[in-house]
Amino acid sequence: MEQRENIIELKHITKTFEDGFHAVEDFNLEVKRGEFVTFLGPSGCGKTTTLRMIAGFDIPTEGEILLNGKPITNLPPNKRPINTVFQRYALFPHMNIFDNIAFGLKQKKMQKSVIEKKVKKVLELVDLEGFENRRVSTLSGGQQQRVAIARAVVNEPEILLLDEPLGALDLKMRKEMQLELKAMHKELGITFIYVTHDQEEALTMSDKIVVMSEGKTQQIGAPEDIYNEPINAFVADFIGDSNIFNGIMTGHLRARFCGGEFDCVDDVEEGTHITAVVRPEDVILTAPQEGTIRGVVTSVIFKGMHYEITVESGKNEMVIQSVRSAKPGDQVGMRVDPDNIHIMIAEDHTNIFAVEINKNHRLEYNDTLLDTSLTKIIRGSKRAEDGTLLDASGEEIDPRKIRVMAAIGPNDIKMTDHQDEGLVQGYISNLIYKGDHYSYVIHTDMGQDFVVNDEYLWNMDDQVGLIMPVEKMTFSVKR
Amino acid sequence: MGRISFSRKSLGIPYALFLAIFVVAPLLVLIYYAFTNGQGQFTLSNLTGFFTNPNTLGTLCYSFAISITTTAVCLLLAYPTAYILAKSRLKAKSVIVMIFIMPMWINFSLRITALKEILTLIENNLAFYPFLNAVIGMTYDFLPFMILPIYNTIVKLDESLLEAARDLGADEREAFLKVTLPLSIPGIVSGIAMVFLPAMTNYVVLDMLYNSTYIMGSLIGSYFAAYNWNGGSMIALILLAIICLFTLLTRGMEEEDNPRGGALL
Repeated sequence: MEQRENIIELKHITKTFEDGFHAVEDFNLEVKRGEFVTFLGPSGCGKTTTLRMIAGFDIPTEGEILLNGKPITNLPPNKRPINTVFQRYALFPHMNIFDNIAFGLKQKKMQKSVIEKKVKKVLELVDLEGFENRRVSTLSGGQQQRVAIARAVVNEPEILLLDEPLGALDLKMRKEMQLELKAMHKELGITFIYVTHDQEEALTMSDKIVVMSEGKTQQIGAPEDIYNEPINAFVADFIGDSNIFNGIMTGHLRARFCGGEFDCVDDVEEGTHITAVVRPEDVILTAPQEGTIRGVVTSVIFKGMHYEITVESGKNEMVIQSVRSAKPGDQVGMRVDPDNIHIMIAEDHTNIFAVEINKNHRLEYNDTLLDTSLTKIIRGSKRAEDGTLLDASGEEIDPRKIRVMAAIGPNDIKMTDHQDEGLVQGYISNLIYKGDHYSYVIHTDMGQDFVVNDEYLWNMDDQVGLIMPVEKMTFSVKR
Repeated sequence: MGRISFSRKSLGIPYALFLAIFVVAPLLVLIYYAFTNGQGQFTLSNLTGFFTNPNTLGTLCYSFAISITTTAVCLLLAYPTAYILAKSRLKAKSVIVMIFIMPMWINFSLRITALKEILTLIENNLAFYPFLNAVIGMTYDFLPFMILPIYNTIVKLDESLLEAARDLGADEREAFLKVTLPLSIPGIVSGIAMVFLPAMTNYVVLDMLYNSTYIMGSLIGSYFAAYNWNGGSMIALILLAIICLFTLLTRGMEEEDNPRGGALL
């Protein structure tokens, strides 16, 4: 028999629920035999739905799932050589451990002696010898987890699906189980498909990571590739801690962001709007005059292995991990090796910028109030009578704990000579003729570059005000 | 220190008093009457009388027959109803559940009188089918008490358990038999307890249906009506013992099957 390299293939999988919610959109994936693949993403990104479609609990609206080259898209779960470890274990409370683990084997009508042997062996594998007659409710979370794994593994499935199996365990137990699962994967040689929202877990365990967001695949690759070469701002932000800046290419292998010009190694055409990602551990603290950019330390947190230092540079904020401490208020310089700056071409030229919630719980940018309803932006929130913002459960929202991002398209911003009329002021630092209009880059006093499209010609270095109508902005909340 | 010490134990006094007056004392009176004769002397003749009198034994058996049939019919009707209700994705689910429970809020005698009229219309003379009518009347009266606990256990059943069963190779029927059914036993048990026990003694339904059927409740009633308090007390005591035994048995089952409880009783 021909041994295919890909054990399972998902082709153009789309899942739309009855209420019209697109859980998964055009999902494509190939998994090799014996691989440890992790679906990683925030909750609601469609990773569990995808897993459920592989298990057979959900049927894709569109697309095809191939197991060993044969379509299994509409096969019921009991007909698939795939077993699942459920998020909350889903052990049968009315059976003892032996009967739980033997459930699948009895279903296959195996001989009693064979079943007993197999259960004994798998209990050894998960380190629970002699637990056969215990009841589920007498087991700790970690032990139940092991039983759940044993119950799935004992059937010798071709693929083992694990749906956030460690989510309910405490940190220490989780770390232990991560290593054990990894060892088990090696020992059994079964293909593992693992779902988690914990990026560290994904990086530790996987051969291949599928980063998902809003039902779409963002990036598929080995852990190192995804960490070192994130394909877009979402992946960079989700995998590890990152400083993400909007910027622009100012020359060959030169990029400007965070109020400074940096050398970089990504060859991107001059004038291109970019997203620059710098890992906190890659920022080098220097004396103020030696850094590419300088700033003031605003906070220092001791994290055990390192200090987490936040530096404010102009209106930008840089988070740094350093083994050396600093004091809040210190003037510092910052440098980044060209190798450690990841430049991504911005997908569109939508200007995204952070707006602030002031102490009166109103939205403002550049000390100007934005006339919009904050309660509509923060889902479930409402205002108390004195104007403080409350969340859905009625607790006061701490403005420092949420970041509101505003987005506005380049066509929705107007430039004006009367600088005071603009929401923000700056000078034109770049202009490109785009056939029917000019695309300008305005370097603002806030330290951020805005892209503005305008059909008329303005001059380089003109001082302008940017009129940005609030009704053209869209807002999103980052916690 | 002049602080008034108020022991937590003293909070239990009203409760203990209530228990003593309304539970323990009547029970003692009942036992006293059951083991004495008309002159107040100790005797076991009431007890032996019950088990030697073919009349009383016959009534006991007949009561059992009616109760068991009623419970079985209730269970057969209630389980599918509760299952469908619990599994349906209807938004108006609570309304439908309410429809099944609502009869409990309508005046009892009104309900039974209405039933009587309907049965008379169908059967012409109610006296022809005493057993059937007894079962119909009691089923009608007790059905909600069977549906509710079963519905409650099925609705609380973790959906992922069924998925786990499917995942491990069971088809839908096997998943039902191996997971849903065993896990709804606590609901079934408490449903049975809530139907079987009242069905043993509830003779009001039968009375109102002009039913000549004689069950334990009617028997006790007749003894007291004839001023034979001692004999009546003994029968009541025996019934109490049977009920206690039954409750103990079912309680044991419930605890073993589902330590988390979840049923109504």
